[in-house]
Amino acid sequence: MTAGIVTEVGTELPALSVRLTRADLVRYAGASLDFNPIHWNEKTAKDVGLPDVIAHGMLTMAVASRIVAEWIGDPGAIVEYGCRFGRPVVVPNDGEGALVEVTAKVTKDFEDGTVKVNINAAFEGKSVLTGAFARVRVS
Amino acid sequence: MPLDPSFIGRSYPPSQPYDVSREKIREFADAIGATSPAYRDAEAAKALGHRDVIAPPTFAIVVAMKTNETVMFDPELKLDYSRVVHGDQSFTHHRPITAGDQLVSVAHVDAITSRMGNDMVTVRTEISTVDGELVTTAKSMLVVRGEDA
Repeated sequence: MTAGIVTEVGTELPALSVRLTRADLVRYAGASLDFNPIHWNEKTAKDVGLPDVIAHGMLTMAVASRIVAEWIGDPGAIVEYGCRFGRPVVVPNDGEGALVEVTAKVTKDFEDGTVKVNINAAFEGKSVLTGAFARVRVS
Repeated sequence: MPLDPSFIGRSYPPSQPYDVSREKIREFADAIGATSPAYRDAEAAKALGHRDVIAPPTFAIVVAMKTNETVMFDPELKLDYSRVVHGDQSFTHHRPITAGDQLVSVAHVDAITSRMGNDMVTVRTEISTVDGELVTTAKSMLVVRGEDA
């Protein structure tokens, strides 16, 4: 971890705003090898009842992990990370994309050198990841 | 039709080894907009105590998704993959995935449940090095949407 950062229960992590565009979805599809067409093809997305192309839940989860990695300094300190995929991030084909706003807070000290960080990722004011948390080694 | 609960506890043969490269880690880090030097610069990663550059916390999905598909495409399970959505995901890192690792994955079906016409399948993927060192445990809960759900 980075020397001097505060990891006490109640600490709020510096917030993170990430804009996801169609280009980001295509890039993530290639990097992750997840080529499900609902993440790049409007027709397929609409055929299965979605309003439009949606971001990979795993992309939103990955983007949300950055709030912890950037705070703690060593991303290898993230020993556990989990979430449920509550609602989709809809990404319009307009170059602006979708804005995902990530906040996080230290909520528990496990007293074994790790703390729990609860993470919230919001799109259009609503949480998209449910129960997202990381367990982070701090000493 | 509900999935056969006798699949609970089933394990699948180990995957082919997956070679973790610095380039793939950098490509994945770029795709998620992550700027940490530990993902990109071997010297920076070593200064943090790692052997080489490390992978972002969700990188393991690259190998876990393949093992999930091994289960989903098991013809005996009779599952309609086009109706599958990702319900939840977790990773436990016994140590970070590191460039140079050769990873072998084993899928285990931990749970099959049904609720409101949907089937939920929990697949646990144990990711180890070819030498048998456990690196990451990935758990995926996959929802098979029912015909009327």
